[in-house]
Amino acid sequence: MSTTSVLGGSVRRREDPALIRGKGRFVDDIKLAGTTHVAFVRSPFAHAKINSIDASAAMEMEGVIAIYTADDVRHLGLLLAQVAIGRLRPLLADGVVKHAGEAVAMVVAENRYLAQDAADAVEVDYEPMKAIVDIKEAASDKAMVHEELESNTLITWEAGPWGNEEGIAATKEKIAEAKKRDDIVTVSMEMKNQRLIPTAIEPRAVIADWNDGYGRMTVYSSTQIPHALAGAIAKTFGLAANAVDVIAPEVGGGFGAKLNVYADEMLVSFASMQLGRPVKYTESRRESPYNTIQGRGWVATATITGTKDGEVLAFELDGLADMGAYTQNFTVAIPFLGTFVGSGQYKFPTHWKIGCVTTHTMTTDAYRGAGRPEAIYYLERILDAYAREIEMDLAEVKLKNFIPESDFPGAVAPIGFQFDTGAYQTNLKALTDSAEYSELKSLRDKARAEGRHVGLGLSSYVEVCGFGPSALSGLGFSWTTYGLPSAFSGSGLVRINGDASVTVIIGTGPSGQGHETTWAQLVAGQLGIDYEKVRVTHGNTAESPMGIGTFGSRSAAVDGAASYEAALKVKAKAAQIAAHILEASADDIEFSDGSAHVAGSPDKSVSWEDIVTSAYHPHMLPEGMEGGLEAHSVFSPANATWPFGAHAALVEVDPETGFTQLLRYVTMDDCGNVISPMIVDGQIHGGLAQGISQAMFEDAIYDEEGNLLTSSLVDYPLPTAQDLPSFNLSRTVTPSDVNPLGVKGIGEAGTIGSAQTVVNAAVDALYDLGVRHIDMPLRSRRVWQAIQDARS
Amino acid sequence: MFPRKFDYVAPSSLDETVDALKGAGFAKVMSGGMSLLPLMKLRLVSPELVVDIGRIPGLDQISEEGDMLTIGALVRHYQTAGSEKVPAALAAAAAYTGDVQVRNRGTTVGAVVHGDLAADQPAAVLALGGVIVVQGPNGVREIPATDFFVDTLTTAIEPDEVATAIKVPKGGSSAYDKLGRRGGHTDYAVAGAAAWVKKDNGNITECRVALTGVAGRPTLAEGTAEAMVGTDGSAGAIAEAASKAADGVSVLEDLYGSEEYKAHLATVYAKRALTLALNE
Repeated sequence: MSTTSVLGGSVRRREDPALIRGKGRFVDDIKLAGTTHVAFVRSPFAHAKINSIDASAAMEMEGVIAIYTADDVRHLGLLLAQVAIGRLRPLLADGVVKHAGEAVAMVVAENRYLAQDAADAVEVDYEPMKAIVDIKEAASDKAMVHEELESNTLITWEAGPWGNEEGIAATKEKIAEAKKRDDIVTVSMEMKNQRLIPTAIEPRAVIADWNDGYGRMTVYSSTQIPHALAGAIAKTFGLAANAVDVIAPEVGGGFGAKLNVYADEMLVSFASMQLGRPVKYTESRRESPYNTIQGRGWVATATITGTKDGEVLAFELDGLADMGAYTQNFTVAIPFLGTFVGSGQYKFPTHWKIGCVTTHTMTTDAYRGAGRPEAIYYLERILDAYAREIEMDLAEVKLKNFIPESDFPGAVAPIGFQFDTGAYQTNLKALTDSAEYSELKSLRDKARAEGRHVGLGLSSYVEVCGFGPSALSGLGFSWTTYGLPSAFSGSGLVRINGDASVTVIIGTGPSGQGHETTWAQLVAGQLGIDYEKVRVTHGNTAESPMGIGTFGSRSAAVDGAASYEAALKVKAKAAQIAAHILEASADDIEFSDGSAHVAGSPDKSVSWEDIVTSAYHPHMLPEGMEGGLEAHSVFSPANATWPFGAHAALVEVDPETGFTQLLRYVTMDDCGNVISPMIVDGQIHGGLAQGISQAMFEDAIYDEEGNLLTSSLVDYPLPTAQDLPSFNLSRTVTPSDVNPLGVKGIGEAGTIGSAQTVVNAAVDALYDLGVRHIDMPLRSRRVWQAIQDARS
Repeated sequence: MFPRKFDYVAPSSLDETVDALKGAGFAKVMSGGMSLLPLMKLRLVSPELVVDIGRIPGLDQISEEGDMLTIGALVRHYQTAGSEKVPAALAAAAAYTGDVQVRNRGTTVGAVVHGDLAADQPAAVLALGGVIVVQGPNGVREIPATDFFVDTLTTAIEPDEVATAIKVPKGGSSAYDKLGRRGGHTDYAVAGAAAWVKKDNGNITECRVALTGVAGRPTLAEGTAEAMVGTDGSAGAIAEAASKAADGVSVLEDLYGSEEYKAHLATVYAKRALTLALNE
């Protein structure tokens, strides 16, 4: 199959003029007549019994319309979750609160200010109880987070050939042999992958508008999954799937935090049905960490056993992941997603065991990378430690242990999953042989000669994305819980309008990824129609074909492929119409510059306008042909896609203060074919910023009582442009073989590849001082402390 | 992020401001609003009355009078940072405050009067030996910086007074350096120090060093200053004096540093600020 024809050039994002000029329309910009506004009463305690709620004084306040508690919404049941392992979230706390900031009551008032005033006046009598915050303490099961559960460990994911007897025996034998030769090194470290607060520039917002005349609910939500949300609302309220329209207008970033169905979305729907008025809730920045899911939060011990010349005999990961108090959409599935890449790009036996533990903290769920950054972090950190221990160049160790290129396509990872395509040696060498990498090395060496503590970090990754294969629906890759019995297929509809402009309607809604640009390039290229004449619409479940959502770097590989195939269908029909008009064979018709031509006879052509005119006048069509010129396609890939890459970072540490500065960052990513280079680069930039930010800045800190100490951006530092160097991006291209575009995904690669690269660099800078590891984030105090500890 | 209800008044003179504050209940004066508004939105502070002095003419000037420099209450951070008249310590502290938007809107006097322990400019004013000029029902008074900073977010200004200017003496040389929460000079300070020195015949005759982010308020490192006086300001003398920076200071731990680390940073930044000041 030819894939080069869909490759686009770098075009400017067509989304940006509206966004830059403040013309983008987000949920909070939507002002429906008669709208009421919500504020929540939130628990100041992480774990407490609710003795009583007295809303009488608040009800008397100016502008207050209604105040709801668990008594009003209990009949709706618990919040739906796709992977329902653990305690599901009550829509409002029912007799007990399980994390700080949990919503206890909902106030509806004439405006947001009055709603907040009344929320402050609701009197709740709490009886505080001991909170379980530390995951090791929770895993000990000495006290229960939820009385009704048998254990705080909700599920343990275990994977790898080490897991079966044959694999264990073979690995043990190899280790025993190496021991006999006195050729064995074991490196083991417990490391934290700290909890993070996804911080989209647009906090979540939702408006529900029930119309009892039509018997229909319209919900505007800042969501990554409009169809799943529509399904969840329909199911919760006993409505037909086609009686709920969800509209996701501009969505200002999601990063997985909007890949969820939320209690507030159900509650405003409930209130709108009760009150017969639109009900709006816009999350404030301050309440976002209490109301929207968090990410990561792992503690695990990584162990590598290998020979002294760099052959890894076994890799083990044993740890715990913090699920928070309540299970939401994919909560316990996130560590499972990590197992997919648990053995990375390597052929060595891997044993993975991660316990999913509940605590009295906010729910965790998917955050950019979702399990994969954690998996790659542990693997690449311990591999770096092993290489240092045996005094071998990390790149050499990698080359020795990579899955060979001859095994692709279709190589099977030791942990059990099958890849699509891969070329790990080629990719790593492209980085380490590059002038940019040589420069990093010489900069480091020069700085060291001056007595400066400069370090070079290297790491590589494989990720899994582009979900996904229909066969995975049994593993939870489906929206069955939300009443959509659908695999994670892609869909797209391509319609040629009367003036030969093109409308592409997609079921997946972007949250900043640039679908409108990329899809337009994709379809315009196929049809030979000017890119400017192609419009891409999305985000309205009443109008679009069913879509799964934008997450897991799946949109281009799955929904892009569907739109591509829909364009091919339209093109095939248009070729037949053109052939009819030109009295030629459809096989000889080619499209370019807005017209169809007969191959070899450039003067024999017909414009798209004339083709459309025929298409909508069936008497002008070949006999028996149906009128119209549009097509819908559903695409279901045979496998996920497996992008990969290698990154390098140069950092400098001031040993006197611990201040660590990122000086350079160089990437060599491989996401298969590239449709829109500027958009791919932009995704890498953003991904890097978030991965580097985990390495250097961000940390969601709870105290022993379960108070979140970092709920404002004053105490939860995010990077700005001035904190990051210019990124130096390059790529290798290994097309995927599971979709017609040859594309993989790029939304999460930057995040998955970067945190360990930066930490490896910091350890390199301080290795001569005795530092072997520093837990993230590399804040000055931590780095300084690591130096003190190494010295003492 | 939705403040409680409040009244708002924008007087056109300082006298009107004092009148507005008189008997107003809980009133707050606002200049740039960069500290007050976030606190109000978080409902951590809920004044009944906001008195916006932003429209009073004549307060946005940096002026010289004898050996004193006056910075008016509406001088923005960017003006302080960019003025050649302003001593280097205060100019640098202003340049390291907030981000571009904050520096274009927030005021030096506002940052000083707010008294945040992690803010940069209060320590600079303290090291420079500045005074804060306030006006109230009993007229104008000048409060030396050494008496002004009482505790975290608490200063000697009375509820019915408005800060109209800061005065700092000219002369000597000074510098400010810090470690930001995101490293370098970015963000609030984990710790920092402002140093001011006067030299005569190659010897240091006067010295003040003030610390940011180390104690609950901007604090003089008196041991360091005393140890500097009489020395030649050599690297050795600086190192010796700076090692005393945390002596007698009650160090406060926070998310960004343990007591031990902050005490250590006090010595590091005292040294760096003194070195910069002596090379100004």
